[in-house]
Amino acid sequence: MNPRTAVLLSLLVTAAVSPVLADARDDARAQASFGIDVAQRGLWREAIYRWERAVELDPTYAAAYNNLAIGYEHEGNFANARTAYEKALELEPENIQIRQNYELFREINDRTSSDEIER
Amino acid sequence: MKSRGRIALAALALGSALAALACGATYFEIPIETPIRPKLDVSAFQAVLVAGFVAGGSDEVDANQETVRLLRSQLRSNETLRLINADVLPLAEIAQEQNRAVTGRSTEQEGAADNPDDNDMQPLPLPTEINNEDDIEAYERLFANTAYWRQIGEEYQNPLIVTGTVLFMPHSRQGIVQREQEQYDSFGRRRVVPIRTYSERKGFVLRPKFVFIDGRTGARIHQETYREEVLYSAQQNTPALSSYFELMDRLVPSFLSALSTQSVRGTRVLLR
Repeated sequence: MNPRTAVLLSLLVTAAVSPVLADARDDARAQASFGIDVAQRGLWREAIYRWERAVELDPTYAAAYNNLAIGYEHEGNFANARTAYEKALELEPENIQIRQNYELFREINDRTSSDEIER
Repeated sequence: MKSRGRIALAALALGSALAALACGATYFEIPIETPIRPKLDVSAFQAVLVAGFVAGGSDEVDANQETVRLLRSQLRSNETLRLINADVLPLAEIAQEQNRAVTGRSTEQEGAADNPDDNDMQPLPLPTEINNEDDIEAYERLFANTAYWRQIGEEYQNPLIVTGTVLFMPHSRQGIVQREQEQYDSFGRRRVVPIRTYSERKGFVLRPKFVFIDGRTGARIHQETYREEVLYSAQQNTPALSSYFELMDRLVPSFLSALSTQSVRGTRVLLR
C-alpha cells in the first residue's frame, strides 16, 4: 500500500473511532458521577452498579476503579476491593488519593486476615 | 514586561479556578463503615466459656479474675453465643498439678525400667512465680493438653472455650521526652512550644494471649497475642487496676472481632 494512502486511511479510522471512544468516556464519567451522588445518599449498591458500568465503558478510568473499591470495601467485599484498588493504582500509580485510600484499606484488611496477631 | 507577565499568570490562575468551578469538585470525602467478619466461624457452638487465664507479673492486680470478668461482661451482649457463668479456673495451679502428675509418672517409670535415657522425657518444672514472659511461656503446654480441655468441654456441653495467658507487669523507662509548653510574649500572645526534657516514666505492660479452644475436641483453633503499654510521669500515682483497664480497653475490640462482626468507621476519597 502506498504510504500516503496508509496515513490517510489511518487518519480516517481514527476520525471515525474517536467520537465513539469519546462517547464511551463521557458515559463512563456520567455513570461515575451518578455513583458518587447516590453513595453520598447512602445508596451503596446502586453506586457500585454505576461504578461497575463506568469501568466497563472505560477500562482505563482509574477514578471509577477507586470508587468501586471503596464501594466493595463498604460492603465488606475485601477481595474485590483489593483487586479494584490495585487496578486503580496500576492505571494511576502517582495518584496520592488512591494510594491513601488503599493504605487505609490495607490497614483494616491486614488486621482481619492474620490468624496470629502481634501488636 | 514584568507586569505583563504577572497579568498573564494571574489570568491563567483565574482561568484555571473558573474552569475548576465550572467542572465542579473532583474529589469527595465520604464516611464509610467497613464490616469486619469474625475471624472465627463460631456457628458450630451454642455457648462460650471464658474459663480462666494463667496470669502473673504484678501482685497488685489479679489478672486472671479481672480478665475473665471483663471478657464475660463484653460477651454477655453477644447474640449468637450464650455466655456460661462458671467458677474461674485457677489455671496456673492446674498446670502445676498436671506437671507434677506427669513428673511423678515419669519417675515411677524410670524406677521400674531403670533407664537413664527416660530423664529426657520429663517435662521441665514450671516456675512457681510468674514474673516475666519466659515464666509464662513455660505454661503454654497447658493449652496443648487436649484431653483436659475436652473434659472441660464435656462438662459444659461443648462450648467454645476462651483461655490463655495474661502478663501484667510494672514497667519504667528513662529518656528524653518532648512535651508542649504554653508561653506568653510581652504582648500577651499565647504560643505553644515543644520542650525536650529528661524524664523518668513509670507504668505497666499488658501482654495477653487469647487462646480459643474447641470444647468438642479440646483442640486449639485460634490464638491472638497482643502487647500494650502505658507510661506516666514518675510523680503521677496511677493505681495498677485502672492501668490494667486502660490497656484492656484498647484490646477488647480486637478480641471481640474474633467472635462477632464489628464495624470500623473511617473516611475515603471518591474521585470524579
